[in-house]
Amino acid sequence: MQYITDRKRAVGAGAAHTGTAHHWFMTVSSVALAVMLPVWLYLFGAAIGGTRDQVVAAFANPFTAILTALVLVVSMRHFAKGSAVMVEDYAHGTARKAGLIFVSSLAAVIATTGLYALIRIAL
Amino acid sequence: MVQFTLPKNSKVRTGKTWPRPEGKTIRKFQIYRWNPDDGENPRVDTYFVDMDTCGPMVLDALVKIKNEIDPTLTFRRSCREGICGSCAMNIGGINTLACIYGLDEVRGDVKIYPLPHMPVIKDLIPDLTHFYAQHASIMPWLETKTNAPAKEWRQSIEDREKLDGVYECVMCACCSTSCPSYWWNSDKYLGPAALLHAYRWMVDSRDEATGERLDALEDPFKLYRCHTIMNCTKTCPKGLNPAKAIAEIKHMMVDRVV
Repeated sequence: MQYITDRKRAVGAGAAHTGTAHHWFMTVSSVALAVMLPVWLYLFGAAIGGTRDQVVAAFANPFTAILTALVLVVSMRHFAKGSAVMVEDYAHGTARKAGLIFVSSLAAVIATTGLYALIRIAL
Repeated sequence: MVQFTLPKNSKVRTGKTWPRPEGKTIRKFQIYRWNPDDGENPRVDTYFVDMDTCGPMVLDALVKIKNEIDPTLTFRRSCREGICGSCAMNIGGINTLACIYGLDEVRGDVKIYPLPHMPVIKDLIPDLTHFYAQHASIMPWLETKTNAPAKEWRQSIEDREKLDGVYECVMCACCSTSCPSYWWNSDKYLGPAALLHAYRWMVDSRDEATGERLDALEDPFKLYRCHTIMNCTKTCPKGLNPAKAIAEIKHMMVDRVV
């Protein structure tokens, strides 16, 4: 049992003075993805079913390669920050910290793996 | 960690079924009961009310049950006209005020529970201590630095109109207790009611502490745990829009830095 006042419990450690940057990043990256993803999906879809040489040629195209790199980086940053919010919502204590490390690492691994593959294809 | 099942001592059991009276218009009420003194699990008691001799609102039926059937039924009530916010409870799955919620709005049996995800003091009475403390933490008063004027703080009609739709909140807690974010993180997240009140003072042209108020809310949990689920707006018995107020606070936060 803790003998602390209701007010102290409500105020807690006070405001962290952060959060707006996260909110604004998610807004900006959402707009960016809303523009980039349909174009990228069209290019990706057009390459499906082709021969290996055709697919390699499609992703070696500078526009497709740059767009793919942007989609990878922006979407994985968006995923990392978005899923971090979900982890914060539902997990507390050590599970929260472990979850945050996991989703952040997962996004980094996916992004770097994708970029490595793209560089191998495009260059 | 989020809890998906109730603890063993909180699982709700079937309770007592009270005698059915004579009459043609009998309505069935299933009401949550819990007494901290008897050590028993919560239960749902069943009551039958003759609607020919009952008022039109849910609160009328509750008062009738307490007066004529079971005097141990415990609930808060006061103004019976939607101003005090005392009789907030979950009726037919909706958080609302029993005094202004018509029995004709409930389909089938009337199921009445306390406001969700709050500690229960007894029967339909939730413990709102933390909720009120959160409200107090947002400084719900006019904060000024300038010396007080001789007569009054003046406000234009246009500026006064900005308070319409936000000042009417009666702190019934229907919105906050309908919010999943508040369910899982009420220790840190202020919830829609407190944030609506915070916004009420931010848009008050006479208040001089807008910056301090924004500073106090700049936090991943206090403000940004709102994910625009909109349960608050859907359930508000006064027809207010806490979700819009929270979105406006986020706009003000962004406008400070962008």
